[in-house]
Amino acid sequence: MSTLSPDIAPETFTSKDLVTDQDIRWCPGCGDYSILKQVQTVLPELGLKREEIVFISGIGCSSRFPYYMETYGMHSIHGRATAIASGLKATRPELSVWIITGDGDSMSIGGNHFIHLLRRNFDVNILLFNNEIYGLTKGQYSPTSELGKVTKSTPMGSVDHPFNPLALVMGADGTFVARSMDRDPIHMRTILKRAHAHKGTSLVEIYQNCNVFNDGAFEVFTEKASKAEATMMVENGQPLIFGAQKDKGILLDGFTPRVVSLNDVSANDLWIHDESNRAKANLLVRFFDDATIEGHFPRPFGVFYSEQRFTYEQAFNQQIEDVIASKGAGDLDKLLRGPSVWEVKG
Amino acid sequence: MENNSLIATDATILFAGDSGDGIQLTGDQFTTTTALFGNDVSTFPNYPAEIRAPLGTLAGVSGFQIKFGSEEIYTPGDSCDLLVVMNAAALKANLKQLKPGGMIIANTEGFDPKNLRLAKFPEGVNPLEDGSLDSYKLYTLDVTKMTKATLEGSGLGTKDIDRTKNMFVLGFIYWIYNRTLEHTITFLEQKFAKKPAIVEANIKTLKAGYHYGDTSETFMQRVQVDAAKITPGVYRNINGNPATAIGLIAASQKSGLNLFLGSYPITPASDILHDLSKHKNFGVRTFQAEDEIAAITSAIGAAFGGSLAVTTSSGPGIALKTEAIGLAIMLELPLVIINVQRGGPSTGLPTKTEQADLLQAVYGRNGEAPLPVIAARTPSDCFYAVYEACRIAVEHSTPVFFLSDGYLANGAEPWRFPQAADLPSITATFATAEDAEGGKFLPYKRDEKLARKWAVPGVKGLEHRIGGLEKEHETGNISYDPDNHEFMVKLRAEKVEKIADTIPLQTLDNGPEKGKLLIVGWGSTYGSIKTAVKRALADGYSVAHAHVRYIQPFPKNLGELMKNYDHILVPEMNNGQLVRILRDKYLVPAEGFNKIKGIPFSSEELYSKIITLA
Ligand code: SF4
Repeated sequence: MSTLSPDIAPETFTSKDLVTDQDIRWCPGCGDYSILKQVQTVLPELGLKREEIVFISGIGCSSRFPYYMETYGMHSIHGRATAIASGLKATRPELSVWIITGDGDSMSIGGNHFIHLLRRNFDVNILLFNNEIYGLTKGQYSPTSELGKVTKSTPMGSVDHPFNPLALVMGADGTFVARSMDRDPIHMRTILKRAHAHKGTSLVEIYQNCNVFNDGAFEVFTEKASKAEATMMVENGQPLIFGAQKDKGILLDGFTPRVVSLNDVSANDLWIHDESNRAKANLLVRFFDDATIEGHFPRPFGVFYSEQRFTYEQAFNQQIEDVIASKGAGDLDKLLRGPSVWEVKG
Repeated sequence: MENNSLIATDATILFAGDSGDGIQLTGDQFTTTTALFGNDVSTFPNYPAEIRAPLGTLAGVSGFQIKFGSEEIYTPGDSCDLLVVMNAAALKANLKQLKPGGMIIANTEGFDPKNLRLAKFPEGVNPLEDGSLDSYKLYTLDVTKMTKATLEGSGLGTKDIDRTKNMFVLGFIYWIYNRTLEHTITFLEQKFAKKPAIVEANIKTLKAGYHYGDTSETFMQRVQVDAAKITPGVYRNINGNPATAIGLIAASQKSGLNLFLGSYPITPASDILHDLSKHKNFGVRTFQAEDEIAAITSAIGAAFGGSLAVTTSSGPGIALKTEAIGLAIMLELPLVIINVQRGGPSTGLPTKTEQADLLQAVYGRNGEAPLPVIAARTPSDCFYAVYEACRIAVEHSTPVFFLSDGYLANGAEPWRFPQAADLPSITATFATAEDAEGGKFLPYKRDEKLARKWAVPGVKGLEHRIGGLEKEHETGNISYDPDNHEFMVKLRAEKVEKIADTIPLQTLDNGPEKGKLLIVGWGSTYGSIKTAVKRALADGYSVAHAHVRYIQPFPKNLGELMKNYDHILVPEMNNGQLVRILRDKYLVPAEGFNKIKGIPFSSEELYSKIITLA
């Protein structure tokens, strides 16, 4: 995948070229529209050829995404986009592969492929549309729905402890871990570009509002009134500061983070965000409190962790090149002959 | 050979002992030596189900059966003429395999009180001494003692000396059948090239075993099995799984497509994964996936990218792949799905053979989802059948099922292997920028075979989306239109049916074109049926044999062919599967003949059945 700087990359196609002739079937007001828009905006800036871009999705509302992208695409089966993308990327490393998945698709039915893709570190981008609900099947709780969630399948409230998606990604040794939201287009575009630039599996969790079955799930993070207090935008090399007045910060006291007031503590003494620090990233993704609880930590957004690790497809194809270099390309007649033969004379 | 040798047209030996006794190696050596001599051979190993079963127990018995002859040999033999047992458990587990009056060679050390107890003989009972084997020709050898004596002063430890025991036995068997030691000596020299002391010890013991036959003035009847009149040419030995692996590589080379295997380990298919992993210098890409579903879906991803994509498994794994097979049918991408069948259902009998996944292959998916199904009949035929599966997948843009089974996978036979240049061509038709000319690219536009072109990412102008939702004809856009759905279901079925235009007509393997009885077989029952039919024909019965390779679609003339007989018998290692398809499709009164014991038919039981109908 190209790591060209977006600024100097030649545009070979425009956002308009990415629009297909298919009618978009998402509900009006769905957060998916914004994500589609940002992706269509960012892609022409990445220096890619349109024919080398592939979108692969599973099943769910978000997985309709490839039908709306005038690139190569596959709308596959539930949970398997990650595995399909693995086979494609392993054999066609030059392609820019984007996986579109949801919380049910990637963490319930496709949980296994999801974690294995991450540990293998294929150079692909995963956009995880997290709406904390099953939308396409009309409103059952998902593995990211909060405890006690009342849905059609849990009339007395769900008793499932939810996944913390990014903690799962860290646990699977993901090499690029980020979060954004549908209601912050500028932030999302920045993160999408970073995800593309990262060589390895880039996981972007996007909080996406399902206004039909789970409206307002992320309201506290996305709405103006509460956003500044409830969220924290992290940037590499910068102290962790949040609040409407930018007056609060996070201090790391040993392994224990604390919310402090900047009236008491100087910004220089705060936790300075370091994307390359795995231990700190593991703490950061654990900022996952219920935003309604008093004294909760702000929910962080941005790139939490980024690590350079060899990609699967590099090593996978290198082995083939190496063996051909040392043994020479295979000779089919020799293979057919095998290690020992005998002749029967007529 | 001496004049007092018994002349036989064929002989079957079963070597049995602990997995540590070197049984498989002994069997392999005898096989190659006797094949080099000019016999036709067929072999079958029998591994214990457990990886490391306790020594001396029934569960730990490993076996290797070989049938060789001066005539053509089609099976490893129903029962054996000679049973070689290294211990009491090996005797107990295999005595039922010995022909009445057959020969037993027993290693007496393996019948000490401890071994007898482990083999669960009653206290104080030793079958070598209590007369219970009187109806057989029993020869006892103290192999351990003689091996020790042979290697006295060699400086080797007891353990190393013990490991050469099997060479004594092999040498003795070579003497019985008057085979030379040459091949095995060369083998030992190569195998232990870095340990000359071990080479020397093994050769010494091998020779000691051979000379034992001469010097002990045996009692034993030597047997003469002359060279067979087999088609001249250069031969190698081949098992079904390696033949499958080589067939896939050959298809990749001949089609110019990179081979991708997505696989998850499962008995008895894993060896295909192992074999292909050894051949990366052919550009083979093997991906050991996290599960069976990822194994096939990664292959679908590779197929989308333009690779010759394959997934290998056995019954339970195939069940897990089912949904993805349906996806491949909708995507109309080439994909080869290999099922090395084993006993089922569920985990079933992993190390035993069965043909019970035929209906799964033909029908086992949601929706109307037909795909071509091809079955191999012998170990070497796995090569040709899987090659053909690749051809059909690539040229007809469809997933294809290739059926093998545990018996073929592990069985071995001599193979007059082909030259690469003589293999038929496989031509992939890729969509190019020209296909997008004059407007939009139509990903589901079809050729006269009803196949669609392979449009792989990277080609400008062919950007398109495919998926599991119903497709609109030609455009491939999502369509919920009722008429379109019915049309597409029929079109996909017709595409599979049309493959019948490109496959050979069904031929008779043996027997008259009209008659009383036709045996219709498929898969690994070939050898037993062939042997039984040959015998019945020689005995004057009116019987013919057709062995079906293409099960979906059937060859066009199969229905007509069956009309020429009064009876149709379909032997299968299942509860009646092909027979149902034949009855359903052709309304013929075909009758099943079934065995569901995890072991192949003996030609004897087939013969007995044939003569009641022919
Ligand atoms: S159901 Fe929810 S997630 Fe699905 S399209 Fe409608 S609003 Fe969007």
